[in-house]
Amino acid sequence: MAETKSEFILETVNVTKQFGGLTAVKDLSIQVPQKSIYSVIGPNGAGKTTFFNCITGFYKVTEGDIILDGESIVGLRPDIIVKKGISRTYQNIRLFQNLTALENVMVGHHPRMKAGWFGAVFNTPGTRREEAETRKLAMDLLEFVGLKGYEYELATNLPYGQQRRLEIARALASEPKLLLLDEPTAGMNPSETEEMTEFIDNLRKELGITVLLIEHDMRVVMTISDIITVLDYGQKIAEGKPEEVRANPRVIEAYLGRGAATQHEAQAA
Amino acid sequence: MLQKFMRKHDTTDIVMWLIGLGILVAVLYGSYVTLFVTQKYEPGVWLDFTIFGLAQGSVYALIALGYTLVYGILFMINFAHGEVFTGGVFTAYFVAIAMEKSGFIERHWVLALLILMAVAMTVSVLVAVVLERIAYRPLRGAPRLVPLITAIGASFFLQYTYRGIYGSGVKTYPDFPALDGKLNLLGREWPILTVQALVIVVAALMMVFLYWYVQKTKAGKAMRAVAEDKEAAALMGIDVDRVIVNTFALGGAMAGVAGILYALLFKQVNAFMGFIPGIKAFTAAVLGGIGNVPGAMLGGLFLGIVESLGPSLILDGLGIPSPYQLKDAIAFTLLVLVLIFRPTGILGERLSEKKA
Amino acid sequence: MDKELKFTWSDILKYGAIAGVVAIYVILVGMVEAFNERYIISETVNLGQIALFAPVFLLGYFAANTARQIKSAGFAILASALVGLVGGAFVAALLFLGTHVNLREVFLNVSPELLGILHLGQEAMMGAIVVNLIVGAVVGFFGGLFALAPHKWSNALLVGLSIVLLMGVMQELMSITFGNKDWYKPIGKFIYAQKGLSWGGAILFLVLGVGYSLWRSSGKFRPAARVAKMPTKQRLSISLAAWALGLLILLALPRFLGSYPSEILTTVGIYIIMGLGLNIVVGFAGLLDLGYVAFFAIGAYTVGILTSTGKLATVGWSFWMALPVAVFLAMLAGVILGIPVLKMRGDYLAIVTLGFGEIIRVVVLSDWLKPFIGGAQGILQIPKPQIGEFVFKKPEQMYYIVLAGILLVGYVAWRLRDARVGRAWKALREDEDVAEAMGIHLVSTKLMAFATGAAFAGLAGAIFAAKLGSIFPHSFNLIVSINVLSLIIVGGIGSLPGVVVGALILVGLPELLREFADFRMLFYGALLVAMMLVKPEGFVPEKTHARELSEKEPLAPGIEPETPARETI
Repeated sequence: MAETKSEFILETVNVTKQFGGLTAVKDLSIQVPQKSIYSVIGPNGAGKTTFFNCITGFYKVTEGDIILDGESIVGLRPDIIVKKGISRTYQNIRLFQNLTALENVMVGHHPRMKAGWFGAVFNTPGTRREEAETRKLAMDLLEFVGLKGYEYELATNLPYGQQRRLEIARALASEPKLLLLDEPTAGMNPSETEEMTEFIDNLRKELGITVLLIEHDMRVVMTISDIITVLDYGQKIAEGKPEEVRANPRVIEAYLGRGAATQHEAQAA
Repeated sequence: MLQKFMRKHDTTDIVMWLIGLGILVAVLYGSYVTLFVTQKYEPGVWLDFTIFGLAQGSVYALIALGYTLVYGILFMINFAHGEVFTGGVFTAYFVAIAMEKSGFIERHWVLALLILMAVAMTVSVLVAVVLERIAYRPLRGAPRLVPLITAIGASFFLQYTYRGIYGSGVKTYPDFPALDGKLNLLGREWPILTVQALVIVVAALMMVFLYWYVQKTKAGKAMRAVAEDKEAAALMGIDVDRVIVNTFALGGAMAGVAGILYALLFKQVNAFMGFIPGIKAFTAAVLGGIGNVPGAMLGGLFLGIVESLGPSLILDGLGIPSPYQLKDAIAFTLLVLVLIFRPTGILGERLSEKKA
Repeated sequence: MDKELKFTWSDILKYGAIAGVVAIYVILVGMVEAFNERYIISETVNLGQIALFAPVFLLGYFAANTARQIKSAGFAILASALVGLVGGAFVAALLFLGTHVNLREVFLNVSPELLGILHLGQEAMMGAIVVNLIVGAVVGFFGGLFALAPHKWSNALLVGLSIVLLMGVMQELMSITFGNKDWYKPIGKFIYAQKGLSWGGAILFLVLGVGYSLWRSSGKFRPAARVAKMPTKQRLSISLAAWALGLLILLALPRFLGSYPSEILTTVGIYIIMGLGLNIVVGFAGLLDLGYVAFFAIGAYTVGILTSTGKLATVGWSFWMALPVAVFLAMLAGVILGIPVLKMRGDYLAIVTLGFGEIIRVVVLSDWLKPFIGGAQGILQIPKPQIGEFVFKKPEQMYYIVLAGILLVGYVAWRLRDARVGRAWKALREDEDVAEAMGIHLVSTKLMAFATGAAFAGLAGAIFAAKLGSIFPHSFNLIVSINVLSLIIVGGIGSLPGVVVGALILVGLPELLREFADFRMLFYGALLVAMMLVKPEGFVPEKTHARELSEKEPLAPGIEPETPARETI
């Protein structure tokens, strides 16, 4: 991957997002170290996905700054942000349903390609080379995520678990520095979840990519994260290593309600 | 500074603003020239134009209700609604002719008018309901373009069905002698044609009825519930299919009345007559904020007036010959402008991304 | 299915009533009378009768199809015959009513001639009613039989009957085209009678069609699979040879066909060019553009203004100089009209583009621009294209310009489809937000689609103007946009061969049937609805083109790659 300029690949500085009167994300600052797995957790409606949408430029933030590798990307269009090196997956898988798996991944490589209208029509050598390289890359990625042999299957015909993997392959095709995964284990059974967890861990090991993860499943988060930020009502209520967060009473309260927190304390005592 | 500005606003937005500004300048300049430089029209003419605009606007408003009701519930543009309108008034034409021949119109014009409206409403409701049953219901839940293409197909199918069955010529609606001339009421003559007054009053009554129906009746409440959330409504024991049929029927009934009013105003019917008013009524519905019932009414009146005043007021001032030929272009330009600059309409019910 | 499947006597009445209502619709809308003189089989079966009883046949088919799932085959057949009987009764009722009440005041087509036709050859009213009932029952019975027959056979019969129908309709065209050729005379004499096919001809085509279909379904006829089994090199040379042969046939076609069929083909070809363009906008990028005709008009008017030698003559350029300008201006218009709609989705986009189309039409018709573009009188005296001394005057010659246009445009569309641009379009079609999040610049990608589509339409318009020699605003109304949309939907949205097939069916066939002109839009409208309901992916759907892209050996012979029903457009 590209050389690193800053200690943190991503920093958000007091990011706030309001929808009318509703504040979905409030004064949120996080610092994601290079080559880490950083998780954002929180109960439903805590503003996690909104936060993702702010980072990727889908929403314009109301206030605050977002810095990718030392460069402010706040206010840029989503397609430019991808070019700068952030790509993402979606909580409710959003593949290009009627494109083949291969095409999906090749679309993912779009921002790294140059061929335009004329290149395509005149089939210039440059275009041909680029197309062949993209194909190769896409094939390799499909193999990497375990979809070898499904290249020409329409995305919509793939089983759920494979669609998740395909979505990740598509995100990887843009050669990101930072990969945002939005609940990658949602809707999976325990063994699939475990497989996915291992897979995410592998992403960092083999590709050296930083992963920013939104997760619901505590077990996943606790096993693979380096740092965890906990959100509730759009605000950060805790941050730290998994074991620190696990013990934090505010976190337990946010997740399970006040009663559970006191119970937990009683148990601990 | 500039960079920050550019980050906030797309280039396309800026281009659009410039276009909008250009049109605004043209409108203002044209009006200024007409009113203060050439002064081609007497002041009284503007009143006539406005009243005519109100009359045709009320027709648009009634048709627009059909678009808005259906859109509110199904989020689809019933492209064939213009043909629902045609079906009623074209069929009623034959009844009207029979009544004219027998002298019934001259003897009991109010009753004749009521009969015509009943016939037109019945046929329009029938067309709307059959359309829903055959063409739209099986496609509920399909991607959005599918029902739209179906509706376009249905629109042409109906146009050419009318043409095939009733003939392709333009037919002239019989005259209502009682409605000739200026309105004579309370012992004096008012500066409004009797027909126009009647059209405005009937349309207003229908709109009040509709508003009452949607707001106060049980069926209307069910309708609003379905518009809000189909699944939740179904769980509450509301028969969604039935409510949708009701909605189409209600829109059809409004279109039926609108058809008769249109015939009173313009006297002519043919198989393709519904298409242009249909698109204009859709414009009206969008103007008022589609899915919004009072909005459709206001949008209709507004469009009617703009279309009536526009050619003389704006285009004439710009030195365009025979400006009245371009009145449809004004309506469509308005449609385009609204959809570009304020797709939520003037009264804008804020539709979420998914809906709009 | 939580509804219990059942088929009762009241269902028979329901099906019969539907058949009857549709049959009456067909009568009232005027098809029966209009098609009555179009004989398919010598003086016996005409298209009017086919139109009249087709609903009965279809509903008989549906009835038997439903009934046999619950009841015995015998009951199913009986049910379909009864459905036919009820349908026949509706027609008979209309006949009776029409004879005694003057329906013509309202229903224009209920003429004495029509009532005569409905008599089905019987003089007396009673006899006519009985015959209608019997024919209805018999047709319904056959419909039922068709439903119960093994799929292989019913399919084969369908192919056979379609060929008979097609050949019957083509009688006039055949005699115009080949009438004075020596080799054709004996053949024509055998297959055709005075009006329609001879019995011998009809049976011949039926047997040919059935035989061909059976042969195909027997599995012995699999040229594609056989070619696929060959080694790559041989496969390539075979496909190359097939292309060359195809091109050769296309080049030689006008020589065989002569003037009138060439004329039809040029019209079809112009629609193919437009279809390929709209296919990029709607099929690839998923932007439903209903104002497409505007670009066609811009192309045509540009050529008209620049080349006309008539009253509105300006610079008097040659066609070849005006052509690129026309294409460029259309493309520019595509971009300009594209900018405002960039942020719009789906149905709003459709309505706004429709609005643009109408604005342009109204403006073209107005007095305002009349000094430049002729208003309703149009532009006359547009010279034919010319290369050196050679003038493309006759349809057989214009054909080559159209063909060149199709090949050019088809090539461009084909190249773009699988390139970076094409993938971006398709991604846009599937999910705009995600496409943007994957790094696709929405503005330029959309504008590129609009511009390409518009350029194609401009080219089509330019050729159209040169072909006709004069242009009028009424050639550029919304109906053209709808025609083009229909043909790409029938062919299969997003599919390149689909455009060709769609244009041949929707533009070519109607040209063969002059009587059909009145019902063309009716038919298109019904077709759009029916396609969306039954076959939204079209007749020649876009393949996932696994084969052509695959580097591996193709799938095992006999296994066709599945083409699942496409849900999105």
